Amino acid sequence: MEPFRSVRGGGARAWLAAAEASLLRSLVSQVMSLVEPDDLEDQGQDPGQEQGHDEDAELAALEAMVQGPGADKPPDDPVLARLLPDGYRDDPEAAGEFRRYTEPALRSAKHQAAQEMMDTLPEAGGRIQLTQDQALSWLKALNDVRLALGVRLGVTEEFEEQWGRLKPDDPQWSAFEVYAWLGAVQESLVQAMH
Amino acid sequence: MVVSAAPAEVEVPRSADNPVSDKPWVTIVWNDPVNLMSYVTYVFQHVFGYPKKKATKLMLDVHHKGKAVVAAGAREAMEHNVEILHGYGLWATVKQDK
Repeated sequence: MEPFRSVRGGGARAWLAAAEASLLRSLVSQVMSLVEPDDLEDQGQDPGQEQGHDEDAELAALEAMVQGPGADKPPDDPVLARLLPDGYRDDPEAAGEFRRYTEPALRSAKHQAAQEMMDTLPEAGGRIQLTQDQALSWLKALNDVRLALGVRLGVTEEFEEQWGRLKPDDPQWSAFEVYAWLGAVQESLVQAMH
Repeated sequence: MVVSAAPAEVEVPRSADNPVSDKPWVTIVWNDPVNLMSYVTYVFQHVFGYPKKKATKLMLDVHHKGKAVVAAGAREAMEHNVEILHGYGLWATVKQDK
């Protein structure tokens, strides 16, 4: 990888190897399926009816409207609970109310940022050139991937020490390596955007 | 702009439903082991339009003190902030200032 650099006139560019691009795509698509509204997850599209991207988004918005407000309890999965956190602490009633009216939109915003990252991340890797808006979507989507992985790995502020205590043949070792790499990618993009 | 003649005394009803209505609401951001310091600073600059110095100070408060109040105002505005910050993956909550 060549880290992100700023581009004159806004935006950022980088270069990714094919293996790096496919790793990123796989992680981002996992987050996308996590944040997808539960009820839509199992709905297969009729293969005869190919929908465009915009039509999908419109359908999802319509569906959300028809289904009405979302859940009022935090998700059971700790990763999802971190991606969709409570809006109030120590006030379950206010937190529930807030979640009912904001969670569906938050899920779709996260899904959309991840989709925009996928759309600008070629499977074969290579040169990545992002506008300011696309770079912002990458920042959000990369952060969600790091949050998901961080929660699964139980990462603390002493991340380096946690990683250092693992033996290289520990199955978690390579996950920590990926997590550290994602941090470096995001850091370079933040610096490029500043 | 219109200036209206105010009555000499205004009794604000303080019912049980509305005991602390004059206290402002705040947006709090909590420390988190995953979010990069540079990213949190960037989000404060981008979302609130804070200059880099103020954004950096707030980020350091979050990091060292575990949390920081990043904005204050009407409840609806604070809820809107929290929605946006959740979109960026920051751990934010709304609270009535006590």
